[in-house]
Amino acid sequence: MKMNKLILLFSILLISHAAFSQLYITRNGQIRFFSQAPLENIEAVNRQVNAALNTSNGEFAFRLLMRAFSFDKALMQEHFNDNFVESHKYPNAMFQGNVLNIEAINLNVNGQYNITVEGDLTIKDVTRKISEPGTLTVKDGVITGESVFKVSLADYNVNIPNRYIRNIAGEIEIFVNVELRER
Amino acid sequence: MRKFQSVILALLLLIWGGGASAQNLMDLLVEEEEVKAEFTTNTFFTTRVINGQSVENPYPNELIFVISHHFGQINQGAYQFWGLDQATIRLGFDYGVNDRLALSIGRSSYEKTYDGFLKYKLLRQQTGLKEVPLTVSWFSGIYIKGLKSAVPENYQFQDRLSFVHQLMIARKFSRSLSLQITPAWVHNNLASSASDPNDFFVLGLGGRLRLTNWVSASMEYFYRFNEPVSFQSYNALSLGFDFDTGGHVFQLHFTNSQPMFEKAFLTETRGNWLDGGIYFGFHISRVFSFKKGN
Repeated sequence: MKMNKLILLFSILLISHAAFSQLYITRNGQIRFFSQAPLENIEAVNRQVNAALNTSNGEFAFRLLMRAFSFDKALMQEHFNDNFVESHKYPNAMFQGNVLNIEAINLNVNGQYNITVEGDLTIKDVTRKISEPGTLTVKDGVITGESVFKVSLADYNVNIPNRYIRNIAGEIEIFVNVELRER
Repeated sequence: MRKFQSVILALLLLIWGGGASAQNLMDLLVEEEEVKAEFTTNTFFTTRVINGQSVENPYPNELIFVISHHFGQINQGAYQFWGLDQATIRLGFDYGVNDRLALSIGRSSYEKTYDGFLKYKLLRQQTGLKEVPLTVSWFSGIYIKGLKSAVPENYQFQDRLSFVHQLMIARKFSRSLSLQITPAWVHNNLASSASDPNDFFVLGLGGRLRLTNWVSASMEYFYRFNEPVSFQSYNALSLGFDFDTGGHVFQLHFTNSQPMFEKAFLTETRGNWLDGGIYFGFHISRVFSFKKGN
Protein backbone atom coordinates (compact mmCIF):
# COMPACT_ATOMS: atom_id res chain seq x y z
CA MET A 1 0.00 0.00 0.00
CA LYS A 2 2.74 2.38 0.99
CA MET A 3 4.64 1.41 -2.16
CA ASN A 4 1.61 2.18 -4.29
CA LYS A 5 1.37 5.61 -2.82
CA LEU A 6 5.00 6.34 -3.48
CA ILE A 7 4.75 5.22 -7.08
CA LEU A 8 1.70 7.39 -7.52
CA LEU A 9 3.54 10.33 -6.00
CA PHE A 10 6.55 9.93 -8.21
CA SER A 11 4.56 9.46 -11.36
CA ILE A 12 2.63 12.64 -10.63
CA LEU A 13 5.83 14.51 -9.99
CA LEU A 14 7.24 13.18 -13.22
CA ILE A 15 4.12 14.13 -15.14
CA SER A 16 4.14 17.65 -13.79
CA HIS A 17 7.81 17.91 -14.56
CA ALA A 18 7.31 16.63 -18.08
CA ALA A 19 4.46 19.09 -18.53
CA PHE A 20 6.97 21.74 -17.65
CA SER A 21 9.60 20.83 -20.16
CA GLN A 22 7.41 21.24 -23.27
CA LEU A 23 8.45 24.84 -23.48
CA TYR A 24 8.74 26.91 -26.63
CA ILE A 25 10.14 30.36 -26.24
CA THR A 26 11.39 33.48 -28.04
CA ARG A 27 13.07 36.73 -27.04
CA ASN A 28 12.60 38.50 -30.34
CA GLY A 29 8.98 38.08 -31.17
CA GLN A 30 7.36 40.83 -33.17
CA ILE A 31 4.31 42.87 -32.28
CA ARG A 32 3.25 45.66 -34.61
CA PHE A 33 0.40 48.06 -34.20
CA PHE A 34 -1.40 50.21 -36.67
CA SER A 35 -3.67 53.17 -36.14
CA GLN A 36 -5.70 54.48 -39.03
CA ALA A 37 -7.19 57.93 -38.59
CA PRO A 38 -8.43 60.61 -41.03
CA LEU A 39 -5.27 62.73 -40.82
CA GLU A 40 -2.53 60.13 -40.51
CA ASN A 41 -1.66 56.47 -40.16
CA ILE A 42 0.64 55.55 -37.32
CA GLU A 43 2.60 52.37 -37.19
CA ALA A 44 5.11 51.03 -34.68
CA VAL A 45 6.91 47.75 -34.23
CA ASN A 46 8.45 45.99 -31.27
CA ARG A 47 10.92 43.28 -32.27
CA GLN A 48 11.96 42.34 -28.75
CA VAL A 49 8.85 40.61 -27.51
CA ASN A 50 9.36 37.79 -25.03
CA ALA A 51 6.88 34.95 -25.48
CA ALA A 52 6.56 31.40 -24.19
CA LEU A 53 4.21 28.53 -25.03
CA ASN A 54 3.83 25.41 -22.97
CA THR A 55 2.68 22.86 -25.52
CA SER A 56 1.64 20.29 -22.94
CA ASN A 57 -1.13 22.38 -21.43
CA GLY A 58 -1.51 25.28 -23.88
CA GLU A 59 -0.31 28.03 -21.59
CA PHE A 60 0.80 31.03 -23.60
CA ALA A 61 2.46 34.16 -22.22
CA PHE A 62 3.78 37.40 -23.74
CA ARG A 63 5.72 40.23 -22.19
CA LEU A 64 7.20 43.35 -23.77
CA LEU A 65 8.71 46.73 -22.97
CA MET A 66 6.58 49.62 -24.23
CA ARG A 67 9.76 51.65 -24.86
CA ALA A 68 10.89 49.05 -27.37
CA PHE A 69 8.16 50.11 -29.83
CA SER A 70 9.92 51.85 -32.68
CA PHE A 71 8.19 54.56 -34.72
CA ASP A 72 9.11 56.27 -37.98
CA LYS A 73 9.24 59.59 -36.17
CA ALA A 74 11.34 59.77 -33.02
CA LEU A 75 9.23 62.57 -31.61
CA MET A 76 6.12 60.43 -32.00
CA GLN A 77 7.88 57.67 -30.09
CA GLU A 78 8.69 60.12 -27.32
CA HIS A 79 5.07 61.27 -27.12
CA PHE A 80 3.84 57.68 -27.19
CA ASN A 81 5.99 56.78 -24.18
CA ASP A 82 5.77 60.05 -22.34
CA ASN A 83 2.16 61.04 -22.74
CA PHE A 84 0.02 58.19 -23.99
CA VAL A 85 1.18 54.89 -22.51
CA GLU A 86 3.25 56.55 -19.75
CA SER A 87 6.09 54.04 -19.94
CA HIS A 88 7.80 55.54 -16.89
CA LYS A 89 4.85 54.34 -14.80
CA TYR A 90 3.83 51.27 -16.79
CA PRO A 91 6.94 49.92 -18.51
CA ASN A 92 5.50 46.56 -19.60
CA ALA A 93 2.51 45.15 -21.40
CA MET A 94 1.77 41.46 -20.99
CA PHE A 95 -0.58 38.67 -21.85
CA GLN A 96 -1.14 35.48 -19.92
CA GLY A 97 -3.55 32.89 -21.21
CA ASN A 98 -4.12 29.64 -22.97
CA VAL A 99 -4.40 28.12 -26.41
CA LEU A 100 -7.82 26.51 -26.01
CA ASN A 101 -7.37 23.71 -28.52
CA ILE A 102 -3.73 22.83 -27.86
CA GLU A 103 -4.50 19.08 -28.09
CA ALA A 104 -5.21 19.49 -31.80
CA ILE A 105 -1.59 20.37 -32.51
CA ASN A 106 0.89 17.67 -33.46
CA LEU A 107 4.39 18.99 -33.12
CA ASN A 108 5.85 16.15 -35.16
CA VAL A 109 3.95 17.05 -38.31
CA ASN A 110 4.45 20.27 -40.26
CA GLY A 111 1.21 22.15 -40.68
CA GLN A 112 -0.95 25.10 -39.79
CA TYR A 113 -3.58 25.07 -37.07
CA ASN A 114 -6.31 27.56 -36.35
CA ILE A 115 -6.35 28.34 -32.68
CA THR A 116 -8.21 30.46 -30.18
CA VAL A 117 -6.21 32.16 -27.49
CA GLU A 118 -7.96 33.30 -24.36
CA GLY A 119 -6.55 35.10 -21.37
CA ASP A 120 -5.64 38.33 -19.65
CA LEU A 121 -4.14 41.24 -21.55
CA THR A 122 -2.52 43.90 -19.36
CA ILE A 123 -1.66 47.38 -20.67
CA LYS A 124 -1.09 50.34 -18.34
CA ASP A 125 -1.98 48.11 -15.38
CA VAL A 126 -5.47 47.52 -16.77
CA THR A 127 -6.16 43.82 -17.18
CA ARG A 128 -8.96 42.63 -19.43
CA LYS A 129 -10.05 39.21 -20.62
CA ILE A 130 -9.64 38.75 -24.34
CA SER A 131 -10.31 35.86 -26.68
CA GLU A 132 -8.82 36.12 -30.16
CA PRO A 133 -8.32 33.82 -33.13
CA GLY A 134 -4.90 33.08 -34.52
CA THR A 135 -2.78 30.38 -36.10
CA LEU A 136 0.06 28.17 -34.99
CA THR A 137 2.32 26.94 -37.78
CA VAL A 138 4.59 24.01 -37.07
CA LYS A 139 7.60 23.79 -39.31
CA ASP A 140 10.52 21.53 -38.52
CA GLY A 141 10.09 21.90 -34.80
CA VAL A 142 9.63 25.69 -34.86
CA ILE A 143 6.20 26.99 -33.88
CA THR A 144 5.15 30.31 -35.38
CA GLY A 145 2.24 31.97 -33.67
CA GLU A 146 0.31 34.67 -35.52
CA SER A 147 -2.71 36.74 -34.69
CA VAL A 148 -4.37 39.98 -35.70
CA PHE A 149 -6.82 41.61 -33.36
CA LYS A 150 -8.11 44.98 -32.27
CA VAL A 151 -7.69 46.81 -29.02
CA SER A 152 -9.67 49.82 -27.89
CA LEU A 153 -7.39 52.46 -26.35
CA ALA A 154 -10.07 53.64 -23.94
CA ASP A 155 -10.32 50.10 -22.50
CA TYR A 156 -6.74 50.36 -21.32
CA ASN A 157 -6.84 53.87 -19.96
CA VAL A 158 -4.98 55.40 -22.92
CA ASN A 159 -6.53 58.85 -23.16
CA ILE A 160 -6.37 60.73 -26.41
CA PRO A 161 -6.82 64.51 -26.09
CA ASN A 162 -9.59 65.88 -28.28
CA ARG A 163 -7.17 67.65 -30.61
CA TYR A 164 -5.70 64.27 -31.63
CA ILE A 165 -8.99 62.56 -32.39
CA ARG A 166 -8.37 62.94 -36.11
CA ASN A 167 -4.74 61.73 -35.76
CA ILE A 168 -5.07 58.68 -33.57
CA ALA A 169 -7.66 55.93 -33.97
CA GLY A 170 -9.70 54.89 -30.95
CA GLU A 171 -9.25 51.29 -31.92
CA ILE A 172 -5.88 50.06 -33.12
CA GLU A 173 -4.95 46.88 -34.89
CA ILE A 174 -2.35 44.58 -33.33
CA PHE A 175 -0.29 42.15 -35.40
CA VAL A 176 1.46 39.39 -33.49
CA ASN A 177 4.19 37.22 -34.98
CA VAL A 178 6.33 35.02 -32.72
CA GLU A 179 8.71 32.27 -33.76
CA LEU A 180 8.97 29.92 -30.81
CA ARG A 181 11.77 27.42 -30.42
CA GLU A 182 12.07 24.56 -27.98
CA ARG A 183 13.86 25.39 -24.77
CA MET B 1 -8.81 5.60 4.09
CA ARG B 2 -5.24 5.32 2.89
CA LYS B 3 -6.41 5.34 -0.70
CA PHE B 4 -8.45 8.42 -0.06
CA GLN B 5 -5.44 10.18 1.42
CA SER B 6 -3.24 9.40 -1.53
CA VAL B 7 -5.89 10.63 -3.95
CA ILE B 8 -6.03 13.90 -2.04
CA LEU B 9 -2.27 14.10 -2.10
CA ALA B 10 -2.21 13.43 -5.81
CA LEU B 11 -4.80 16.13 -6.45
CA LEU B 12 -2.90 18.60 -4.34
CA LEU B 13 0.28 17.86 -6.26
CA LEU B 14 -1.49 18.27 -9.58
CA ILE B 15 -2.90 21.60 -8.51
CA TRP B 16 0.47 22.64 -7.17
CA GLY B 17 2.22 21.52 -10.36
CA GLY B 18 -0.27 23.36 -12.58
CA GLY B 19 -0.18 26.47 -10.43
CA ALA B 20 3.59 26.55 -10.33
CA SER B 21 3.98 26.31 -14.08
CA ALA B 22 1.43 29.07 -14.68
CA GLN B 23 3.34 31.21 -12.28
CA ASN B 24 6.67 30.32 -13.80
CA LEU B 25 5.82 30.99 -17.43
CA MET B 26 5.48 34.74 -16.74
CA ASP B 27 8.36 34.64 -14.25
CA LEU B 28 10.46 33.03 -16.92
CA LEU B 29 9.67 35.90 -19.31
CA VAL B 30 10.57 38.40 -16.62
CA GLU B 31 13.92 36.65 -16.25
CA GLU B 32 14.41 36.69 -20.00
CA GLU B 33 13.98 40.47 -20.11
CA GLU B 34 17.19 42.25 -20.98
CA VAL B 35 18.29 45.31 -19.05
CA LYS B 36 18.69 48.18 -21.51
CA ALA B 37 20.04 51.70 -21.34
CA GLU B 38 17.12 54.03 -20.86
CA PHE B 39 17.98 57.56 -21.89
CA THR B 40 16.10 60.36 -20.22
CA THR B 41 13.95 62.18 -22.76
CA ASN B 42 12.06 65.43 -22.59
CA THR B 43 14.20 67.23 -20.04
CA PHE B 44 12.85 70.30 -21.81
CA PHE B 45 10.10 70.48 -24.43
CA THR B 46 12.41 71.93 -27.05
CA THR B 47 15.92 73.10 -27.86
CA ARG B 48 15.52 76.36 -25.89
CA VAL B 49 14.64 76.89 -22.26
CA ILE B 50 13.37 80.34 -23.25
CA ASN B 51 15.98 82.48 -25.04
CA GLY B 52 18.85 80.32 -23.90
CA GLN B 53 19.74 76.89 -25.22
CA SER B 54 18.55 73.78 -23.42
CA VAL B 55 20.36 70.43 -23.46
CA GLU B 56 17.73 69.13 -25.89
CA ASN B 57 18.79 68.42 -29.46
CA PRO B 58 16.59 67.54 -32.40
CA TYR B 59 16.42 63.77 -32.81
CA PRO B 60 18.74 62.39 -35.51
CA ASN B 61 17.56 63.43 -38.98
CA GLU B 62 15.03 65.82 -37.57
CA LEU B 63 14.92 69.45 -38.58
CA ILE B 64 13.36 72.01 -36.29
CA PHE B 65 12.29 75.33 -37.76
CA VAL B 66 12.42 77.94 -35.01
CA ILE B 67 10.61 81.25 -35.29
CA SER B 68 11.53 83.55 -32.41
CA HIS B 69 9.66 86.79 -32.04
CA HIS B 70 9.84 89.53 -29.44
CA PHE B 71 7.57 92.57 -29.48
CA GLY B 72 8.74 95.95 -28.16
CA GLN B 73 8.94 97.04 -24.53
CA ILE B 74 5.56 97.05 -22.82
CA ASN B 75 6.21 100.32 -20.95
CA GLN B 76 5.87 102.45 -24.11
CA GLY B 77 2.21 103.21 -23.67
CA ALA B 78 -0.74 103.32 -26.01
CA TYR B 79 1.04 105.10 -28.87
CA GLN B 80 3.31 102.07 -29.44
CA PHE B 81 0.40 99.83 -28.43
CA TRP B 82 2.42 98.68 -25.43
CA GLY B 83 5.21 97.41 -27.63
CA LEU B 84 3.12 95.37 -30.02
CA ASP B 85 3.91 97.78 -32.89
CA GLN B 86 7.54 96.68 -32.87
CA ALA B 87 9.15 93.39 -33.64
CA THR B 88 12.49 91.66 -33.36
CA ILE B 89 12.72 88.31 -35.05
CA ARG B 90 15.05 85.40 -35.55
CA LEU B 91 14.47 82.60 -38.04
CA GLY B 92 16.55 79.49 -37.60
CA PHE B 93 16.97 75.81 -38.28
CA ASP B 94 18.24 73.18 -35.86
CA TYR B 95 19.27 69.82 -37.30
CA GLY B 96 20.00 66.56 -35.48
CA VAL B 97 23.05 64.90 -37.01
CA ASN B 98 23.14 61.97 -34.61
CA ASP B 99 22.28 61.14 -31.00
CA ARG B 100 24.80 63.67 -29.72
CA LEU B 101 25.44 66.36 -32.32
CA ALA B 102 23.15 69.12 -33.52
CA LEU B 103 23.92 71.97 -35.94
CA SER B 104 22.02 75.22 -36.27
CA ILE B 105 21.92 78.34 -38.37
CA GLY B 106 19.88 81.49 -37.97
CA ARG B 107 19.34 85.08 -38.95
CA SER B 108 18.15 87.78 -36.59
CA SER B 109 16.80 91.21 -37.33
CA TYR B 110 18.74 92.51 -34.27
CA GLU B 111 21.91 94.04 -35.78
CA LYS B 112 21.14 91.91 -38.88
CA THR B 113 23.06 89.07 -37.29
CA TYR B 114 23.81 85.69 -38.84
CA ASP B 115 24.58 82.91 -36.43
CA GLY B 116 25.71 79.32 -36.58
CA PHE B 117 26.41 76.91 -33.75
CA LEU B 118 26.86 73.33 -32.72
CA LYS B 119 25.68 71.48 -29.66
CA TYR B 120 27.31 68.25 -28.61
CA LYS B 121 26.07 66.01 -25.81
CA LEU B 122 29.07 64.90 -23.79
CA LEU B 123 27.00 63.00 -21.26
CA ARG B 124 23.43 61.76 -21.43
CA GLN B 125 21.27 61.26 -18.35
CA GLN B 126 20.20 57.61 -18.23
CA THR B 127 19.18 54.66 -16.12
CA GLY B 128 19.22 50.93 -16.78
CA LEU B 129 22.60 49.63 -17.85
CA LYS B 130 24.32 52.44 -16.01
CA GLU B 131 23.23 55.37 -13.93
CA VAL B 132 24.12 58.79 -15.31
CA PRO B 133 22.46 61.56 -13.29
CA LEU B 134 23.11 64.48 -15.67
CA THR B 135 23.05 65.55 -19.25
CA VAL B 136 26.06 67.67 -20.15
CA SER B 137 26.21 69.41 -23.49
CA TRP B 138 28.78 71.67 -25.12
CA PHE B 139 27.74 74.69 -27.16
CA SER B 140 29.92 76.78 -29.49
CA GLY B 141 28.50 79.53 -31.64
CA ILE B 142 29.68 82.21 -34.05
CA TYR B 143 27.79 85.46 -34.68
CA ILE B 144 28.27 87.79 -37.62
CA LYS B 145 26.93 91.34 -37.36
CA GLY B 146 25.47 92.28 -40.73
CA LEU B 147 24.49 95.82 -39.78
CA LYS B 148 26.32 98.31 -42.02
CA SER B 149 27.02 100.81 -39.25
CA ALA B 150 28.08 98.11 -36.76
CA VAL B 151 31.79 98.68 -37.40
CA PRO B 152 33.68 101.69 -38.82
CA GLU B 153 34.44 101.49 -42.53
CA ASN B 154 38.16 101.01 -42.17
CA TYR B 155 37.69 97.96 -39.97
CA GLN B 156 37.98 94.31 -41.03
CA PHE B 157 35.39 91.60 -41.50
CA GLN B 158 36.58 89.82 -38.34
CA ASP B 159 35.54 92.84 -36.31
CA ARG B 160 31.96 91.79 -37.01
CA LEU B 161 32.46 88.44 -35.30
CA SER B 162 31.56 87.27 -31.81
CA PHE B 163 31.89 83.84 -30.26
CA VAL B 164 30.04 82.11 -27.43
CA HIS B 165 30.96 78.88 -25.67
CA GLN B 166 28.70 77.34 -23.09
CA LEU B 167 28.64 74.21 -20.99
CA MET B 168 25.08 73.14 -20.27
CA ILE B 169 24.58 70.88 -17.28
CA ALA B 170 21.03 69.68 -16.79
CA ARG B 171 19.13 67.18 -14.76
CA LYS B 172 15.56 66.01 -15.06
CA PHE B 173 14.87 65.51 -11.36
CA SER B 174 11.38 64.23 -11.95
CA ARG B 175 8.72 64.31 -14.57
CA SER B 176 7.75 67.77 -13.41
CA LEU B 177 11.09 69.37 -12.55
CA SER B 178 14.15 69.94 -14.75
CA LEU B 179 16.99 72.32 -13.94
CA GLN B 180 19.98 73.51 -15.93
CA ILE B 181 23.07 75.54 -15.10
CA THR B 182 24.97 77.12 -17.94
CA PRO B 183 28.41 78.69 -17.52
CA ALA B 184 29.10 80.80 -20.62
CA TRP B 185 31.94 82.75 -22.16
CA VAL B 186 31.22 85.50 -24.70
CA HIS B 187 34.00 86.95 -26.83
CA ASN B 188 33.54 89.99 -29.08
CA ASN B 189 36.37 90.52 -31.56
CA LEU B 190 35.57 94.21 -31.43
CA ALA B 191 34.43 95.58 -28.07
CA SER B 192 31.45 97.99 -28.03
CA SER B 193 33.81 100.80 -27.02
CA ALA B 194 37.42 101.23 -25.99
CA SER B 195 36.44 101.02 -22.33
CA ASP B 196 34.46 97.77 -22.70
CA PRO B 197 35.96 94.32 -22.26
CA ASN B 198 36.12 91.86 -25.16
CA ASP B 199 35.29 88.91 -22.94
CA PHE B 200 32.34 88.34 -20.67
CA PHE B 201 31.64 85.51 -18.26
CA VAL B 202 28.10 84.56 -17.42
CA LEU B 203 26.33 81.90 -15.36
CA GLY B 204 22.88 80.87 -16.50
CA LEU B 205 20.19 79.14 -14.47
CA GLY B 206 17.16 77.63 -16.17
CA GLY B 207 14.29 75.50 -15.07
CA ARG B 208 11.11 73.87 -16.17
CA LEU B 209 8.10 72.98 -14.12
CA ARG B 210 5.91 70.63 -16.10
CA LEU B 211 2.32 71.35 -15.21
CA THR B 212 0.56 68.79 -17.41
CA ASN B 213 1.70 66.36 -20.10
CA TRP B 214 1.62 69.20 -22.62
CA VAL B 215 2.17 72.41 -20.67
CA SER B 216 5.08 73.66 -18.61
CA ALA B 217 6.20 76.85 -16.89
CA SER B 218 9.80 77.87 -17.42
CA MET B 219 12.25 80.50 -16.23
CA GLU B 220 15.84 81.45 -16.88
CA TYR B 221 18.27 83.94 -15.44
CA PHE B 222 21.75 84.87 -16.62
CA TYR B 223 24.10 86.35 -14.06
CA ARG B 224 27.07 88.31 -15.48
CA PHE B 225 30.38 88.35 -13.67
CA ASN B 226 31.42 91.38 -15.70
CA GLU B 227 29.41 93.78 -17.82
CA PRO B 228 29.81 96.50 -20.43
CA VAL B 229 30.49 99.98 -19.05
CA SER B 230 29.64 102.13 -22.08
CA PHE B 231 25.90 101.47 -21.85
CA GLN B 232 23.39 100.46 -19.21
CA SER B 233 22.58 96.75 -19.33
CA TYR B 234 21.00 94.16 -17.05
CA ASN B 235 21.09 90.47 -16.30
CA ALA B 236 18.61 88.66 -18.53
CA LEU B 237 15.54 87.28 -16.80
CA SER B 238 12.76 85.49 -18.65
CA LEU B 239 9.57 83.79 -17.49
CA GLY B 240 7.18 81.88 -19.68
CA PHE B 241 4.92 78.99 -20.51
CA ASP B 242 5.56 76.23 -23.04
CA PHE B 243 2.82 74.42 -24.91
CA ASP B 244 3.68 71.19 -26.66
CA THR B 245 1.10 70.27 -29.28
CA GLY B 246 2.85 67.28 -30.81
CA GLY B 247 4.69 68.61 -33.84
CA HIS B 248 4.90 72.19 -32.55
CA VAL B 249 6.09 73.75 -29.35
CA PHE B 250 4.79 77.24 -28.55
CA GLN B 251 6.74 79.21 -25.97
CA LEU B 252 5.16 82.40 -24.68
CA HIS B 253 7.21 84.54 -22.38
CA PHE B 254 8.13 87.85 -20.84
CA THR B 255 11.78 88.84 -20.97
CA ASN B 256 13.95 91.93 -20.59
CA SER B 257 16.03 90.90 -23.65
CA GLN B 258 15.19 92.26 -27.05
CA PRO B 259 17.53 89.89 -28.95
CA MET B 260 17.15 86.12 -28.69
CA PHE B 261 20.59 84.84 -29.64
CA GLU B 262 23.29 84.10 -27.07
CA LYS B 263 25.95 86.69 -27.80
CA ALA B 264 23.42 89.52 -27.50
CA PHE B 265 21.06 88.53 -24.71
CA LEU B 266 23.93 87.42 -22.46
CA THR B 267 25.67 90.80 -22.50
CA GLU B 268 23.43 93.38 -24.23
CA THR B 269 20.14 93.00 -22.40
CA ARG B 270 18.97 96.57 -22.00
CA GLY B 271 15.49 96.15 -20.56
CA ASN B 272 14.93 96.69 -16.86
CA TRP B 273 12.24 94.53 -15.27
CA LEU B 274 11.75 97.11 -12.52
CA ASP B 275 10.62 99.93 -14.82
CA GLY B 276 8.62 97.84 -17.30
CA GLY B 277 11.43 97.34 -19.81
CA ILE B 278 9.89 93.99 -20.61
CA TYR B 279 9.32 92.39 -23.97
CA PHE B 280 6.50 89.99 -24.68
CA GLY B 281 7.66 87.24 -27.02
CA PHE B 282 6.89 83.87 -28.50
CA HIS B 283 8.98 81.14 -30.01
CA ILE B 284 7.47 78.52 -32.29
CA SER B 285 9.32 75.29 -33.01
CA ARG B 286 8.08 73.10 -35.81
CA VAL B 287 9.58 69.63 -36.24
CA PHE B 288 10.19 68.02 -39.64
CA SER B 289 11.21 64.38 -39.61
CA PHE B 290 13.32 62.80 -42.33
CA LYS B 291 13.70 59.32 -40.87
CA LYS B 292 12.31 56.75 -43.30
CA GLY B 293 11.54 53.13 -42.70
CA ASN B 294 11.45 51.32 -39.43
